[in-house]
Amino acid sequence: MEFIKPDINYNFIGNRKVGFVISAILIIVSIASVVMHGGLNLGVDFVGGSVVQITCSGETTNIKSIKKALKPMNFKSITVQKIEELGSRKNSFLIRVNRTTEEASHLAEAMRTALEKAYGPGTIQIDSSDMVGPLVGSELSRQGRNAIIAAIVCIFVYITLRFDMKFALGAIVALLHDIIITVGALSIANREFNLTIIAALLTVVGYSINDTVVVYDRLRENLRRSRKKDFSEIVNRSINETLSRTVLTSMTTLFVLICIFVFGGGAILNFAFAMIAGVAIGTYSSIFVASPAVVLWEDIVAAKAK
Amino acid sequence: MTKSLRWRMLIILASMLVGIVLLLPTLVGKDELPEWWGNLFSDKELKLGLDLQGGAHFLLGVEAEEAIFNTADRFIEDLEMQLEEKKVKYIEIGRLDEKSSEIAVVLRNDADADIFDTLLSEGGGLGELSTISRTTGSAGEVKFLLDFTQDRKAFIRENAVKQARETIENRVNQFGMAESIVQLHGDNAILVQLPGFDDIEKAKELIGMTAQLSFQMLDYENTIADVKAKGAPRDVELLKQRVDDPSTEDGYRTEDILVKKKVLLTGESVKDANTRLDSQNGEVTVILEFDSRGSDKFAEITGANVNRQLAIVLDGVVYSAPRINERIGGGSARITGNFSIPEADKLAIVLKSGALPASITFLEQRTVSATLGADLIDKGKRSLLIGGFVVIAFMLVYYKFAGLIANLALVLNIFLLFAGLAAFGATLTLPGLAGIILTIGMAVDANVLIFERVREEKRLGKKIGASINAGFGKAWSSIIDANITTLITGLILFQFGTGPVKGFAVTLCLGILASLFTSVFVSRVIFDFILEKKLIKEISI
Repeated sequence: MEFIKPDINYNFIGNRKVGFVISAILIIVSIASVVMHGGLNLGVDFVGGSVVQITCSGETTNIKSIKKALKPMNFKSITVQKIEELGSRKNSFLIRVNRTTEEASHLAEAMRTALEKAYGPGTIQIDSSDMVGPLVGSELSRQGRNAIIAAIVCIFVYITLRFDMKFALGAIVALLHDIIITVGALSIANREFNLTIIAALLTVVGYSINDTVVVYDRLRENLRRSRKKDFSEIVNRSINETLSRTVLTSMTTLFVLICIFVFGGGAILNFAFAMIAGVAIGTYSSIFVASPAVVLWEDIVAAKAK
Repeated sequence: MTKSLRWRMLIILASMLVGIVLLLPTLVGKDELPEWWGNLFSDKELKLGLDLQGGAHFLLGVEAEEAIFNTADRFIEDLEMQLEEKKVKYIEIGRLDEKSSEIAVVLRNDADADIFDTLLSEGGGLGELSTISRTTGSAGEVKFLLDFTQDRKAFIRENAVKQARETIENRVNQFGMAESIVQLHGDNAILVQLPGFDDIEKAKELIGMTAQLSFQMLDYENTIADVKAKGAPRDVELLKQRVDDPSTEDGYRTEDILVKKKVLLTGESVKDANTRLDSQNGEVTVILEFDSRGSDKFAEITGANVNRQLAIVLDGVVYSAPRINERIGGGSARITGNFSIPEADKLAIVLKSGALPASITFLEQRTVSATLGADLIDKGKRSLLIGGFVVIAFMLVYYKFAGLIANLALVLNIFLLFAGLAAFGATLTLPGLAGIILTIGMAVDANVLIFERVREEKRLGKKIGASINAGFGKAWSSIIDANITTLITGLILFQFGTGPVKGFAVTLCLGILASLFTSVFVSRVIFDFILEKKLIKEISI
């Protein structure tokens, strides 16, 4: 079986402007979405606050009635979200409030009491509760940022050593491209940005660079073999030669990610969402961004030399 | 069979054996294995993270400054005592204010001040204090300002955190939560994990209680009204007392009570504490047993204060103030206070394991109920099975016989990954489970790279054997570069991550290493074996 025919030869490099325009649009949309949402939808991991997950076993409830039942607790800000899971008829909700002080220590119990007043005793089960103080939150977000920067720097160094500076530059451009658009996708879907998302972003970085490096490796091999030919033509051939592998690996990875997204529950949903977006965009960028960026760089250098 | 092939097959066999040995403790349970197993091999188990088995996670901040203030207060008592011994009267002695460790000592005149100065320089336990200033006032009084040196303060702080950790560990262990983790986190925080325990209220009371116990005499010379109006004299403090009151929800209310400031005995002298239920009146009490020095001191205190009331103060609240009828020599004391049995049990544990050197704050707390955890495991297993099945089916359809070989490698990969996790005694978290599932997706990548290369070579007209050789050879450099870059991000993730995220990083890294072995080495050996034995004429790919 073959999805991609062996004699395939799309003119990726010749049409690279199309890719650049699409990427530019995606980046602009991503940034616009983040700005329009007033920044990222940061979870309590980063800004502090409390999240309580409850399951109501009594009558069916809805977000509105939960908010009403919790009204006497006088939260300054409260968001209630229903947990939608495939094949599950459970009545579970995430309740997020901004309280982190000592009084919040008994928050989950207090919420249960307030809710049971509305729905009847014994109907509310506390599935999980998270409280993160603001100090811990800012520390975690600092660490998260540092981790992503460290990953990018290390990859830059490794590719410079194994390949060449211009390849490293292309790879980093592709990585930033992937991170921005993945974050944009999260923002557009209004999904919460928390610790597991940082893990997902780093994995996307790892995945995307993996894809890019395979193309670069073929490119290096082809460059060694034929010195005379036009650089951009060799790049184009290398992308085409690895295209089948790029698509296949993406497919298998996306298969399992979709399985996690559909069948896995709870905290992992966000993670799977970010990964699906990231792997899709990472695959795109290793074809349309990473290598074309190297060609662009070569062109600029060549133009300057003239 | 060529020598090289035989060796390589042996290596694979050995890796499978090692895998089985490593996984056995996890599969049959550590306790089921004989003891020599643990000595000979590893008895580390793959544990489930808090998010999967349910439990409570806390990050505690230790108010280390408070430990410095407490130390200062102890020094003040010491100073008072030593001045009294030298028959030096002082005008004032005390901390500058609530939020400062500086001690102000005001003496009547220069002569007294000189005596005090020698007292300080002689040491005698006071050497840790250094004099910041000595000033003479208009009436001839001399004011000293004393404080700890910076080194000393750093030492007290550090010690407070360490001691708090030990105390909490004691409490948690005595409560029967053996799988728990209590460890230092950064400079002044403590990480507590209680797997399988999701009663957050109970856990917090047990951990968070400072449990500073002291025995102080009641004060009879002042009245509560006077103290409220004019402020308390130097040696007296106004505290709250628990009074039994069945009409309230908790069974008690609080009243004001005046207590002498001087601490006669502290919880440090407590050797043991137990709950006792009086079979006659059903009253629950906590029985304290003192160590030998504590017993002597207690006998001395009770002997000297017959017919007066001794207050038992815990964290600033008077639990009971029994009248002393006679000298008590047995070395034990009783705390009553209308306790419920669980409350008394908790109190006993806390008193037995000692006081926290300073109060703590809860910086972060997370709990997951066991039901939610079990639910997540079910879902994880299902995703793992379905994801694995889809990938295996895809490889079979797309690469036919070669796909079968890749699938064998994949199964071995998952097996070795779990064995590796067990060897590290790693904790399987929800993101970790996702990491394993993701590994399945990415593990076949190396085989895809190789097979695509083999197909290319075949298209050039090479025979299958030569194609496979060339395919493996040429794909190698791509595979290495691709996996090292992913490994870099995995390692950074491990370095940065805490808890669940770290679990993900571990599975990701181990997954990459295992897949390098299985997809490149193992699948090659299978190909070579088949080609050499000529089991099949043509390998479909």
